[in-house]
Amino acid sequence: MNAPMTVYVPRDSAAIALGADAVAAAIVQEAQRRGTEIRLVRNGSRGMFWLEPLVEVTTAQGRVAYGPVDVADVAGLFDSGFLQGAAHALACGLTEEIPYLKNQERLTFARVGITDPVALDDYLAHEGYAGLRRALGMTGADIIKEVLDSGLRGRGGAAFPTGIKWQTVAAAQAAQKYIVCNADEGDSGTFSDRMMMEDDPFVLIEGMTIAGLAVGATAGYVYVRSEYPHAIATLNQAIEVATAAGYLGSNILGSGKAFELAVRMGAGAYICGEETALLESLEGKRGVVRAKPPLPALQGLFGQPTAINNVITLATVPIVLARGAAFYKNYGVGRSHGTLPFQLAGNIRQGGLVEKAFGLSLRQLLEDFGGGSASGRPIRAVQVGGPLGAYMPPTQFDTALDYEAFAAIGAMVGHGGLVVFDDSVDMARQARYAMQFCAIESCGKCTPCRIGSTRGVEVIDHIIANQNRPQQVHLLRDLCDTMVNGSLCAMGGMTPFPVLSALNHFPEDFGVVAPAGQAA
Amino acid sequence: MNREQPFDISAVREVIAARRDMPGAMLPILHGIQEAIGFVPADAVPMIADALNVSRAEVHGVISFYHHFRQQPAGLHVMQICRAEACQAVGGEMLARHAEQALGCAFHETTADGKFTLEPVYCLGLCACGPNLVVDGQLHARMNIVKLNQLLQSKREIS
Repeated sequence: MNAPMTVYVPRDSAAIALGADAVAAAIVQEAQRRGTEIRLVRNGSRGMFWLEPLVEVTTAQGRVAYGPVDVADVAGLFDSGFLQGAAHALACGLTEEIPYLKNQERLTFARVGITDPVALDDYLAHEGYAGLRRALGMTGADIIKEVLDSGLRGRGGAAFPTGIKWQTVAAAQAAQKYIVCNADEGDSGTFSDRMMMEDDPFVLIEGMTIAGLAVGATAGYVYVRSEYPHAIATLNQAIEVATAAGYLGSNILGSGKAFELAVRMGAGAYICGEETALLESLEGKRGVVRAKPPLPALQGLFGQPTAINNVITLATVPIVLARGAAFYKNYGVGRSHGTLPFQLAGNIRQGGLVEKAFGLSLRQLLEDFGGGSASGRPIRAVQVGGPLGAYMPPTQFDTALDYEAFAAIGAMVGHGGLVVFDDSVDMARQARYAMQFCAIESCGKCTPCRIGSTRGVEVIDHIIANQNRPQQVHLLRDLCDTMVNGSLCAMGGMTPFPVLSALNHFPEDFGVVAPAGQAA
Repeated sequence: MNREQPFDISAVREVIAARRDMPGAMLPILHGIQEAIGFVPADAVPMIADALNVSRAEVHGVISFYHHFRQQPAGLHVMQICRAEACQAVGGEMLARHAEQALGCAFHETTADGKFTLEPVYCLGLCACGPNLVVDGQLHARMNIVKLNQLLQSKREIS
């Protein structure tokens, strides 16, 4: 036992927000005080946030976890011999055997929580850059075919087939094409993009590089929201390391192919998660939505053909190339192939990241993984897919998580975020908030969104105050119809989803009786 | 940032000179100025317009579009509390109301003594462990009223 023991304390910002930096410092200090040599690794988070800060140690059997660890627990952990994986009140056993992790299918998140996010050696030792190495020996068309055959669809929420988007960009003729990564993850209840960038940035860089080879783009941007400074810092560090090692730059691994990557910071505008608003913002303008056509694939950033994809989409490309399209396509159901990193958020006992193949039910996620509500009260509603997603009642919890099954009941899987509410929630207030958020964040270009959202708040206020309730409910439905059909983008067009689902599934909160045959 | 203190115009010039040739330089310049002096002063608008060959109205339009950019200095400490759904589901609104009471100022306002600016933020990406807030760039998850009071107290002692 001469080699120093390795201790892992996550550097993920959620772990830091729960005290991981202080815990790491306390561990180092306590080891010094005892004259024990340790090697501290700041890994990514395993995504089990009720256990963060989750400290791990390496043993002969594998990594053993302890959590949630407070600074005050550190001396006791040393006393009980945690460096050898000994028993302790906070011990969770072998990390990989924790059911929450063991029952996942981690493909995109294969390395997250295991490796040091900015250590290239660690990345390479865990299948990193295998996808790029294969892609460098292929033609652009063959790379696109692989992605197309994998069934990979846009993970940002719209679920458009990634390969088709890439084909359009590849076919466009231009001197300069771009890859843009949409990392403006503004939806409440979602954090998979943030974790990806903070906890395994090289896989995103690799995915963007492969995308560049596929469509013939030599420059890329990652547009990250300003609320994610840790992700920006980690990405910048990883880009520097990758460039120094020849994985980015004018001659990738001596192939003669070029790809340069830069990170750009957003500035607190939810609408910039909409792809055309994002492109405007990257160009230095107000984040106002563009009318389509032209598609960004043909006239995107600076008017040039641009493949714009979500973080998770791009970060999934390396495993598709490394393991082959068939491997990836075998996961999932129907036309929803592969896996989705679901995010359990809000009032949930075991909140965190659960990557699973499409097809499991909402109930499995909420109960088997989530363990019910954090408050211990019954779960009353779950908002799936962000602020523009529907509120689903328990009667819909057996719906299979697949794009088409959700669309069939007027809901959306979106980016895979689940916000759980217990029975203390007032759904009329949630409906009001949906309209209010739209009013705050609307880009202002189209009237249904800009004015409709403000009128929506007023109408819901009248309903809550019981002023002409039946007429106001009728007016609200009429307004939602205008917004759905008249808005330029999903902001105004989908804000009615949470509003109407709240009204239809929880009419008692609005003081109205459910209209017969009315479904969300 | 002391309200009476004039801003450092040379810092603004340096940022503009260093970033004006970047593709889509507007946001990087605005970020650079705000990082350097804490806000984007009105006097910087014509300088940016001139460097990027756009109108002052366009520069102003960009600054005013994005919630992140400040046109006035903030208080000594900036507290941003998440007001989005995942935090609402675990008592975030109660925490927000308590912060207003404890500070004696509403959201988007600065306390009379200039020590705190209170702002909403719509998601910090820590949605499995809310309610969340950020003070002076430091993230705090799983907050409650007791922890918020302790945090405010510790910040009040630094002035």
